[in-house]
Formats: sequence, C-alpha cells, structure tokens
Amino acid sequence: MSGPVLRVAHLYPRLMNIYGDRGNIMCLRRRCETRGIGFELTELGLRDRLDASAHDLIFAGGAQDREQRGVVDDLLATKADAVREAVEDGVALLAVCGAYQLFGKFYRESSGVELPGAGVFDLHTEHPGEGARRCIGNIVVEWDAPAGVQTIVGFENHGGRTRLGPGVRPLARVRSGFGNNGEDGTEGAVYRNAIGTYIHGSLLPKNPALADHVIALALARRYGHVPLAPIDDRAEERAHAAALRLK
Amino acid sequence: MTSARTIAAIAAGKIAGMLSRVSRRGGGTAVAGLAALRVDPHVVRRLAAQAGAGTIAVTGTNGKTTTSLMLNRIATTAGLRPLHNRSGSNLMRGVAAMLVEEATFAGTIPDAVRRLAILEVDEATLPEIVREAAPRAIVFTNLFRDQLDRYGEVDTVAKSWERALSDSKQQPQDSKQQTANSKDGGVAGPTLVLNADDPAIAHLGRSAPGRVLYYGVDDAAVGLATDEHASDFRTCLDCGSELAYDVTFYGHIGHWRCTACPNHRPEPHVRVTRAVLGENKTSLAIATHDGEMRVTLPLAGLYNAYNALAAATGAIALGLPRDAIVSSLEGFSAAFGRQERFSVEDRDVQVLLGKNPTGLNQVLRALAARDGRKYMLFFLNDGIADGRDVSWIWDTDYETVQPQTEWVLAAGTRAEDLALRLKYAGFGDDVPIERDTAAALRRALDATPSGGTLYVVPTYTAMLEVRESLAKRGGARRFWEDA
Repeated sequence: MSGPVLRVAHLYPRLMNIYGDRGNIMCLRRRCETRGIGFELTELGLRDRLDASAHDLIFAGGAQDREQRGVVDDLLATKADAVREAVEDGVALLAVCGAYQLFGKFYRESSGVELPGAGVFDLHTEHPGEGARRCIGNIVVEWDAPAGVQTIVGFENHGGRTRLGPGVRPLARVRSGFGNNGEDGTEGAVYRNAIGTYIHGSLLPKNPALADHVIALALARRYGHVPLAPIDDRAEERAHAAALRLK
Repeated sequence: MTSARTIAAIAAGKIAGMLSRVSRRGGGTAVAGLAALRVDPHVVRRLAAQAGAGTIAVTGTNGKTTTSLMLNRIATTAGLRPLHNRSGSNLMRGVAAMLVEEATFAGTIPDAVRRLAILEVDEATLPEIVREAAPRAIVFTNLFRDQLDRYGEVDTVAKSWERALSDSKQQPQDSKQQTANSKDGGVAGPTLVLNADDPAIAHLGRSAPGRVLYYGVDDAAVGLATDEHASDFRTCLDCGSELAYDVTFYGHIGHWRCTACPNHRPEPHVRVTRAVLGENKTSLAIATHDGEMRVTLPLAGLYNAYNALAAATGAIALGLPRDAIVSSLEGFSAAFGRQERFSVEDRDVQVLLGKNPTGLNQVLRALAARDGRKYMLFFLNDGIADGRDVSWIWDTDYETVQPQTEWVLAAGTRAEDLALRLKYAGFGDDVPIERDTAAALRRALDATPSGGTLYVVPTYTAMLEVRESLAKRGGARRFWEDA
C-alpha cells in the first residue's frame, strides 16, 4: 500500500528562516498529506552532510547577513557538491531569498570582496553599497506555469542585486516590485528542476499553483507523473487575490 | 540661559500642537515635535538637560512602553516628577513634543530639580537620543525581528546601538549634562541596564562606555521544554558559531552560551530567583546586591516579569529606593493596549497587543494557560507602524490557542493572509474575515455570550482602531488619560 512519499531536505532550518520560511514547509506538508501523499522531512544544520540521492526536494530559506556568512563556509564544505549533483540528477530545489543568493556563483559585497556561492545557478549577486536602497515591498510577478501564465504574489526584502547568466532562465516577469535587480524586469531563476526566488510571504501558502508545481517536479523523478487531486483552496485563492490588489 | 532659538522652538511647538489638536482629534504630538525640531534641532538637548535627576532611556523591540510606565510609577512614588513621553510616541518628534509641552514659554522646565526624564525610544532613534539627551542610564529590553521592512535587518539595529554607545564615550558634553552625569561619579558614558538572557542585548555590555547592570531570570523552572521557532539570534556575536541553550524562556531569551568560544550569558546583578506564573498575576522573588525583593505583579506572562525586572534594575541604576520599586510594581496597571480589559455590553473584552512572532507567542502562551473556551478576534494590519511585511505570521504559533477556541474571526487590512495562516493552525478551512474594525468588533461581541470574555489580539495600528471603536461604545479610557 506504499504510495508516493515526498522526501524533503530543509537546509539550515535554525539559521536560515527569517521571513516565515517555515510556512513553505508547512504548505508542502499539508498539500501532500491532504492528498494521501507521504511527507518526510530531514532537517540539516551545520556540519550535517547532504546525501545527494536521499531526497526529492531540497529547500532553503532566507537569513540575515551574519547568519548567512556563518552558513556559507559550511555549505561549501559539507553540502554544495551534493546539492549540485542532486540538481543535475533532476532533484527539485527551492531556494528563497538568502539561499537563492548563496546558490549562485558568487556574492560581491559593496567593498568588492567576492564570497563564493554553491554554483547551482548561473547567476551572481552584487551589493550596490551601503547607501543604496534595499529592494523592499510587496511584489507581483507573472510566471509561465505549465498550465499557462499565473501570478505569484509575496514580499521581497533584499539589498543584493542579482544578474542571471545564460545558463538559467528567469522564473517570472515582474509586474510590480523589484525582482532580481529592479532593472531588467526578471524575477528568480530556473535551472532544470531547481527554482530560486526572492519572494517570501511565505511564498508557497498563497501561491498554491507554484506549491503544486514544486511537489509535482519533486515526485516526478521517482514516481513519474503523480496526479495531484484538486483540494480546497478557497482561503489560499482569497489571500492570493487580496495580494494582487496590494500596493 | 535658554537660547532665543530654543524659546522660539518651544513657542512653535506649542502653537503647532494646539492648532493640530483643535483642528483634528488627538495626534498633535508629531506635529508639535516636528515644528519645534525645525526651529531648533537641539531643543531636546536644551530641555532634557534641565531635568535635575537626569534622563533614563528605555529601548528594545518588546516591552519598552510597559517598562517605561513602570519606571514612571516607581519614580513618582519616590518623589520625582517624570518627564515622560507616555503616549508611546517614541521617535525624536514625540520626545520633543513632550518636552515642549512641559516647558514654559520662557524655555524652562518647571520644578526642574525634581524632574527625571523617562524617554521611551524607538530602536532606530536611540543613537540620536544618546547624542541629544545624554542619558544617565539606558534600559535595553530585548531585540527581536520586528518591521524588518523598515530597519532592514535586526543586526542593523544592534550595530547602530554599538556605534552610538561607543561614540558617547568620546563625545564632549556641555556643562549641564556633565552636572547630571557627575551624580554617577563623573562617568562619561551612560549606565547600561542590559538583559543578560538576550545574547544580542548582553553583547552591548562587552564594550560599554560606563557602568553595566545585567538583569535576568535564574529560575529554570519557567523555561520551555523545546525552543520556539521564532528565535532571532542563533549565532554568537563574537565568533559566529552556533549558540546553545541550557534553558530557553522564549524566543532567543534564555541561558545561552557559545558552542565554540568562551562567550556566555553574563551573571546578572539583579535576578529573578523564583517566578510563579498565574492567570492574571506573576509572583517574583528578585535578588539584588542588597537583599531580596518579593513582588506580586498584577500582570500575566513571563514577558511582563522581564518588563518588571528591567524597570526595577533601571530604578536601581538611578538609586531609587527599594520600597518604591516594590509598591509601584505591585500597583501597576497595564500599558496602553498591551494587556487591557474593558467591559462592553456585559462582555469582558481583553485586548492583547501582538505585533511580532516572539511577543505574540508569549501572549498566546499566557492565554492558553487560562481555562475555558475562547472567543478570539485576531487583527493583522500592514501599516508602516505594523510593518508592511506580514510573513511573520508564519513564524507565530497560533496553534497554541486553537484547541480552546470556540469562535474565531480574522480581521484587519490583511485579514485574508491571517485567515490562511489560521487555516493552517487548524481553525477551519474557511475562517471568516472582516476588514472593517468596527464591523469586526460588532461581529465578535455578538458571537461572545453575555458575561463571557472576548479576546482581541491586534497589531499596533489595529490596536489604535480597536481602542477608538471601544471608546465609542463607552468601554475604554482614552489613552492620554492616566493609566
């Protein structure tokens, strides 16, 4: 009777969790369990090694600069190789805000110092300097979902500006807000089954179509196409619609 | 002598405040303060320096209003006349407005010898207050994530504090301020009153410009079995390694130590050796350098024990008598909107401010400790003063009160987000929503049986609206009346 089970690795849940990232895990769990899909969560902190083949989805959230600096060394030492290997192998990944930056090629501080990233995404992030304004506010983007164009809603709060390289495509086009850099109209990045984005809020609960897309991507590698039955999304759709009207 | 410029600033502030009060309802504070500061940017310095007992500032994320009101009461009992921005207007303009209001048109503060300036100060405003008001003592409550959209990051706040405090060491002070400081033996920097149990606050003591008094809770029996999700400082501020906790009280407040370097919770000078948390009161045994104080605080929740401890330690830093501390804390009534009861239409309405995950988790835990089925009205607003980013609700444990909840309504400008969060917390797939404050209160009062209790849990701007609406129903005091 063993049905599909979504095995999720949550990287640094204690150190990188600043903008309600817990909501993303709660959402994935709920949307699986409501449909009778099993949900297994593995939390990996400092020094824990990541097994590239043991998970269907790797999730990591946002952090403050200080926590992020503490994490980057550990990420490179114990997890980055496995994350790259997993993504090449088709494992799904969702990286929000700080983790999105960390999974790029490098982060250039305003002083010019470059911090290396995990290199999952062909992108880099630069901080334009202490005087520059942070990109803060409500954000609405248009996402080319499998079923057609959908909106993604949420909040962004980042100092760094991210530029995409040719090896990734943007997740979405900015309708209102800043997105990757406030200039080129792109938001987030997609490479194979890996998604990076600046949008929190939490991201997944009020963007149920994106949540289901991530679940489907994650299950497909081991189970092929797993149909996701419709569930009661009235509260989700109401929150999504309300966020579209925000300034 | 007060300068002509300061006198002009006082006149401008008083007139602007008067006009604003006549033309609108209440909020003349901001206008009066801004007008005075425009004429004399140093009006706060000139007026605060006249306070014979000096200035004490209170800052931090949670508890600063309650703590400064407690200090006010202690100082008053001790025979001082506080100069206190008690309306909670805690930016520079609010402080300026209060001082201008208290000053005469001639530019003097009446009864100056007996005056103690008690300044509740917004986290981001503290550096300016340190420069302008040269406080004798600064009480730091705690540092949590709150309005990250406004401050950027919690670390930004901590860094700005450290910079301001180290600047206060070198800062040349004018003669008046030196007079106030000389009571502390001529120490240049302010005495820091620091929460030993908050690693971000305790860290300020490492490079303190003057005397440091730590306060903390020693009683491990009131700690949590597991730590809470909403914990903001998880790494050591000295070396960046992970912190470990022998006891967690709430959030990142507890008995902490670094897992890699010698940094650890400092030994508190003023400490709670025993705390008994009741439904509506808290009994505390507080050990000090000269004996024990026993206080029965008429407020619930460990966070209020910390507020009382912060106020008591602030009072000790100022040299105020112990009997004034004990009697004032025992007779204390709740700060504006923090934990208030109103009688409306034969219902007991309790308003409990919940503006960030750590504060709200404390409120919800205190609520869950009370028996009985609960009628809950939650508000979520996203005004500037609330924080535009509402993602913090996903770090908040609404689940705590769900099993006891008989009826719930999600209200406020972001009611839809709140209803979705409550769905996840098990309150039902279709939690009702109401954006309008008065209508939400109406529905909640109708749902609560006669003689029953309605719990209202608003964010900051929603709290102001709830007060306004309750006042119209005849149930509430106006907030500028004495607490």
